[in-house]
Amino acid sequence: MKGFLLSLQSEFFKSRKTLGFWAAIIMPVLICTLVFFGMYSNVPKLIKMPGLSGMLMWRLYSGGILNVMGFLLPFFIILVAYSINSVEHKADTWKTLFSLPISKWAVYAAKYFYTMLMILLCLVLFLLLTIATGNLLGMLKPELKLADFHMEWALTQVYTKLFLASLGILSIQFLLSLVWSDFLKPMGIGFVCTVAGMISVGLQWDYAYLVPYSHPMMALSSMGLRNQRGQKMKLEFFVDLFTKDLYVGLAVGVVVFIAGYYIVQKKSVK
Amino acid sequence: MVIETNNLTFNFGNQTVVKSLSLQVPEGSIYGFLGPNGAGKTTTIKLLLNLLQTQSGDIKIFGLDYQHHRTQILKQVGSLIEQPAIYGHLTGRENLINRAQLLQIPHSRVDEMLDLVKLTNAAGKKASNYSLGMKQRLGIALAMLSDPKLLMLDEPTNGLDPNGIIEIRELLVRLVSEHKKTVFISSHLLAEIEKMATHVGIINFGELLFQGEIKELQSISQPMVLIETSSTVDAANLLTKNAIEVIEVKNESILVAFKSKENTAQINNLLNQNGYPVYSIHKVQKDLEKLFLDITKAPAR
Repeated sequence: MKGFLLSLQSEFFKSRKTLGFWAAIIMPVLICTLVFFGMYSNVPKLIKMPGLSGMLMWRLYSGGILNVMGFLLPFFIILVAYSINSVEHKADTWKTLFSLPISKWAVYAAKYFYTMLMILLCLVLFLLLTIATGNLLGMLKPELKLADFHMEWALTQVYTKLFLASLGILSIQFLLSLVWSDFLKPMGIGFVCTVAGMISVGLQWDYAYLVPYSHPMMALSSMGLRNQRGQKMKLEFFVDLFTKDLYVGLAVGVVVFIAGYYIVQKKSVK
Repeated sequence: MVIETNNLTFNFGNQTVVKSLSLQVPEGSIYGFLGPNGAGKTTTIKLLLNLLQTQSGDIKIFGLDYQHHRTQILKQVGSLIEQPAIYGHLTGRENLINRAQLLQIPHSRVDEMLDLVKLTNAAGKKASNYSLGMKQRLGIALAMLSDPKLLMLDEPTNGLDPNGIIEIRELLVRLVSEHKKTVFISSHLLAEIEKMATHVGIINFGELLFQGEIKELQSISQPMVLIETSSTVDAANLLTKNAIEVIEVKNESILVAFKSKENTAQINNLLNQNGYPVYSIHKVQKDLEKLFLDITKAPAR
């Protein structure tokens, strides 16, 4: 356990000057800022919308952010998984890592969990910034009625679901980036699979839930509207968190993570 | 023994890279592990560090095996394999701090190491901007950071200038003589090892061809007599006819096997009597470099 925590700390120390780490921070800040300004400059048009309500505005605002990031999430995972592993490939440090007086399992697991933490960091930032910039917009432009409605809980659920939906892809991309030192192979495979996942969701293929790369998009479409309990005329957003695609994603994530360790063990350290 | 292997064998696919290797590295020695490129040196070191899984035979480091004591062994080993493994996007100091944190070593040791390998002035520079020699020195600092009892260095002087090589050599000798460390160092250059090693192992095609103290290696080197004379080819024929073993004939000299002082005098007489003027005649020892080449030049199997 100590070895695991020390390795985790070392991962932070090594990655804090890399693009992968900063992408996890810059991406949410950039996207939320852009959507914020897009919405802000579009206020005159928006307030002319029929049936304008705080709920509709929140849906519009958070949807603007979610759609962009849902599309980018698989690519972000590909990038982070590559970035964390390429630090070692570039420096030729696998042999050093695996000859430390720390178990190989702890070294491998710490690397994986650190990559997972990067994705978590990115999504938590997205969540906080969506809520913060949404409320800021409501304060600056009260006519959008954003202050009338709250969807923090629904957003927390969507981002939680997105996080869980990314674990299948993460395990696969992590392994690909661990085995191959170049960017093109994991990137190429990840890109093709992501596009295939998007198409399978777009065409509503029956077995799309079996493709981990389609899970983030499926997670996005899992948010629906329903009547609030006991109040027939009041609607609320809800997220169907535990769906079969989520279980498939988690299962793939766990299996590939464990298999990855044995593949690394078998693979001679060059 | 600090390192002891027994019939260690390793195959890459169907190619045997290490063949029943039985190494014996005593405590407090500088063990020079010699062999030409591709002889199996790096594979052996990777096996010794548990980076490659042992397929057959066994390895004992400090009398312990990797199956049950991996962490315990590795805590006492510092290593440098091939080119140094350094994070180019971090500075020299950060590279050491990262390792110190992983091994829970006080940061004061980082400055000591920087000082030892003379990188204090360049410590704040990104390691990717280091010269090859500086990287090599940082790699050695990383290997020694935890103050290990055993240092395994794979070609550590690669890319160093003559001054750097001398510094590393002196450092290693000092570590062994003053701090009772054991150094296992591989190289393809005998001349480099000869100056510091106490023990030598010579490997080629994965097989250990010689192992022992450096003195033993010198003693198996066969003494010879070098004769400078005119028309060497004819002179060599004359010697052969008189049952003297000629080893090498050059334009200006002949090498024959040394038997005794008297025998050397007889050769001198024989040549003079037959009209071959002897300009010089003396006993020579085959140098280690040549010996090394002979040992490793065995035909490929």
